[in-house]
Amino acid sequence: MLAYLIRRFFAVIVMLLVITLVTFGIFFLFPKMIGTDPALYFVGKQSDPAAIEGIRQKMGLDDPILVQFGKFVVGLVAGRTYANGSDVTQCAAPCFGYSFKTEQEVWPLLTDWLPVTLSLAAGAVVLWVIGGVATGVISALKRGTVLDRSAMGIALAGVSLPIYFTGMLAIALFSDQLGWFGRPEASFAADPGSWFNGMILPWISLAFLYAAMYARLTRATMLEVLNEDYIRTARAKGLTEPVVIGKHAMRSTMTPILTVLGLDLGALMGGAVLTEYTFSLHGLGYSAVRAISDHDLPVILGITLISAFFVVAANLVVDLLYAVIDPRVRLS
Amino acid sequence: MTTHRTSKRRLAAGTAVVLAAMLTATACGGSDTKKDEGKAGASGFNAGIGKVSNASDKKGGELKFVATQEADSWDPQRGYYGFMWDFARYYTRQLVSFKPAPGGESTELVPDLAAGKAEISDGGKTYKYTLKDNVSWEDGSPVTAQDIKYGIERTWAQDVISGGPVYLMQVLDPKTEYKGPYKDESADKLGLKAIETPDAKTIIFKLPQPNGDFEQMLAMPAASPVKQDKDTAAKYGLKPFSNGPYKIDSYEPNKSMKLSRNDKWKPESDTIRKALPDSISVTFMANADDMDKRLMNGEFDLDLNATGIGQAARATALKDHKANLDNGQTGFIRYAVFPQTVAPFDNIECRKAVIYAADHKSLQTARGGPQAGGDIAPNMLPLGIKGSDGKYDPYEVLKNDGKPNVEKAKEALKACGKPEGFKTTIAVRNNKPVEVATAVSLQNALKQVGIDAQVDQFDGAQTSGIIGSPKVVKEKGYGIIIMGWGADFPTGQGFSQPLVDGRFILQSGNNNFSELNDPAINGLFDQAIAETDPAKAGDIYKQMNQKVSEAAVYLPFVYDKTITWRSTRLTNAYTSDAYNGRYDYASLGVLK
Repeated sequence: MLAYLIRRFFAVIVMLLVITLVTFGIFFLFPKMIGTDPALYFVGKQSDPAAIEGIRQKMGLDDPILVQFGKFVVGLVAGRTYANGSDVTQCAAPCFGYSFKTEQEVWPLLTDWLPVTLSLAAGAVVLWVIGGVATGVISALKRGTVLDRSAMGIALAGVSLPIYFTGMLAIALFSDQLGWFGRPEASFAADPGSWFNGMILPWISLAFLYAAMYARLTRATMLEVLNEDYIRTARAKGLTEPVVIGKHAMRSTMTPILTVLGLDLGALMGGAVLTEYTFSLHGLGYSAVRAISDHDLPVILGITLISAFFVVAANLVVDLLYAVIDPRVRLS
Repeated sequence: MTTHRTSKRRLAAGTAVVLAAMLTATACGGSDTKKDEGKAGASGFNAGIGKVSNASDKKGGELKFVATQEADSWDPQRGYYGFMWDFARYYTRQLVSFKPAPGGESTELVPDLAAGKAEISDGGKTYKYTLKDNVSWEDGSPVTAQDIKYGIERTWAQDVISGGPVYLMQVLDPKTEYKGPYKDESADKLGLKAIETPDAKTIIFKLPQPNGDFEQMLAMPAASPVKQDKDTAAKYGLKPFSNGPYKIDSYEPNKSMKLSRNDKWKPESDTIRKALPDSISVTFMANADDMDKRLMNGEFDLDLNATGIGQAARATALKDHKANLDNGQTGFIRYAVFPQTVAPFDNIECRKAVIYAADHKSLQTARGGPQAGGDIAPNMLPLGIKGSDGKYDPYEVLKNDGKPNVEKAKEALKACGKPEGFKTTIAVRNNKPVEVATAVSLQNALKQVGIDAQVDQFDGAQTSGIIGSPKVVKEKGYGIIIMGWGADFPTGQGFSQPLVDGRFILQSGNNNFSELNDPAINGLFDQAIAETDPAKAGDIYKQMNQKVSEAAVYLPFVYDKTITWRSTRLTNAYTSDAYNGRYDYASLGVLK
């Protein structure tokens, strides 16, 4: 088990380094290859040659790409100094880069945005796992009934409607017309009550999309499991139906759901882009969109790395959890 | 001055239609008392155009701005977006600034930090100002002539203070001999020779060449004072030190900004800023459709960016809240331009053929129609600028009611030696859906006379390296380029010179896309710029504009207009030509 963990840990580190290198290459090498100068992205509207040269010196854009990459990785651990003559900008460790658009270090920005994204994902995941799995199980058990059909119909709508639409509809109905919920503006620290109230619509909108997928997945898996021999055996030996479903069938059903959940959660940590955009939540997803439209490369790079970290980490956690859920899986 | 009206709306048309329907449906609910309140107190459609809406001197309350786009920088020397220039007057003052008056009157310059307008001598080459006695920073120290000089000098440090306008640098030190305050070896860091500060109250500018618009440049935030010991160089924009009526309490880029009263600012020293609200807030949000809704709900007072109400909410706003809307000119012209280096546009007749063949009505519709898009423009000088003439219609566009003149187009094609038409490419920014729509409209109209135009959407964030490079334009064969332009300062020089003066053709960041280089036009600029009487300069710009039309290198689409929201709470709201048709932010107040 320990050996497995160490092995996986190293694999994660290598994977993250590779992702960093590729992302770095895309942002700082590609523009050069197609003949655009990354320095141009940082100088604002008036692209004075002195301004372009200044930023190029400061960012070390003339260095070979591997040297630039090396400096970036060293900066992650030891911090970094961007200097052009007397013009010096410090970036404390872990230095994920420096946004020359807003004159801010990237790491504090990421730690500012991450809690927003996490709170969105955490609330939504609770809703969609409970709602989605319960709906899926009930649908499977009541297969072919009106209940099943209508639940799956709603699920289909949930999967197919874009969140921009459901989100705006939810705002129009529950916030503007009925006035039940506010918009997510208060911070948790300042006012937990209005924070919670404001987060309800984003949670529901995001959860609706995922719950729909999970309901369909749960239903399909559950139907498959219910046809297994061991379920018949369990019933034959006189176990009550709640035990058959709750203990025996659910365990197998949960394995694929957990896999998908791990990956979804990992991806969501990088920002639920559309939900954050729709509700103007200043999380990683919205910030990524803004950074892309502003060509703020260091910020895009930082968000990409943190998202990659969560996806890789989520994969590891899922693998570890398999052993807990399914005793047939042994980690070795 | 082409990017600061960037709209972030990139919704598919379908979504927009659905949302519009949704908004209409919710607005018809009738249970929303907030909306009814909004209607009752609003002062009427276009109440803020050419006159003051809700005039009042009542102080107090919080003025709430909302925005989808962040400023390029709040550093006075680095900001270039139009809304930033308007907003900057809250926390920074200049020697002179724009008169707080509606419409065209706003383009008049009045003293701000200076006690009076400049004493001009030496044939227009020396400008001398004396500062007012009671102007001070937020720490109570007086604003000095040295502070103003230091602030202006920062623009020279382009390697650190990038992004802002460089007019003062070009006019005061055309050879850029000064290296900027951060590399200045003199003890006081005030080594720029063109500005003299004999004492704390006197500042003298020595221009190598006279420039009749010099005071216009001094009215830009780039001419604001900066206190040397408060200068944080590149990071100054995160918390500029105030000498205006408000100071910045908190600022998180792309999130929010809060301003409160600067109690060291003395109202008697300032005839421009009313400073009515007790506090000012800016909320940055992502979703432009939601922003429009919340404006209509009364949660915010106005859109800081002033890009106009979006497509999804426009119909509802016009139907249910018309009294809260102003439909004014932005001072921009949207146009197509023909690079003369790309055949067959080296031939004036081929250029004329495109002008005649264009369907101006359809181009106007593509821009959003007469209200959201603007009036059809028959020439290339916007209406608020001295020398402009909205009736000067050399290609009979207005006479024809905007319809294409196929007959004349065909004649021109024949004269050009291409009676069957020709092939060309229309270059358009890929991040401006409305511009792409105009490209398609033009493409369709040109088809009618046999001109086969391909639309090439280029990276809109890279204009200076693509269409701004004459070499790239030629290589790519861009015969038609679609763009928009607004003046940095409201004169013929400010609007037209970068577009049509041959001496402004640059190898990168070029804006004279047609590469028009007519000695007669260049000479008219020299004459007008040397002229210190704005009315006389206007007459010269009028001639210049006619010569540009005769050269047939531009195909103007519309005099740009927007539909902007003015909340019922707003007092003293009027649009200002000096700020591209935005409200004069420094005058606004709110009802509590």
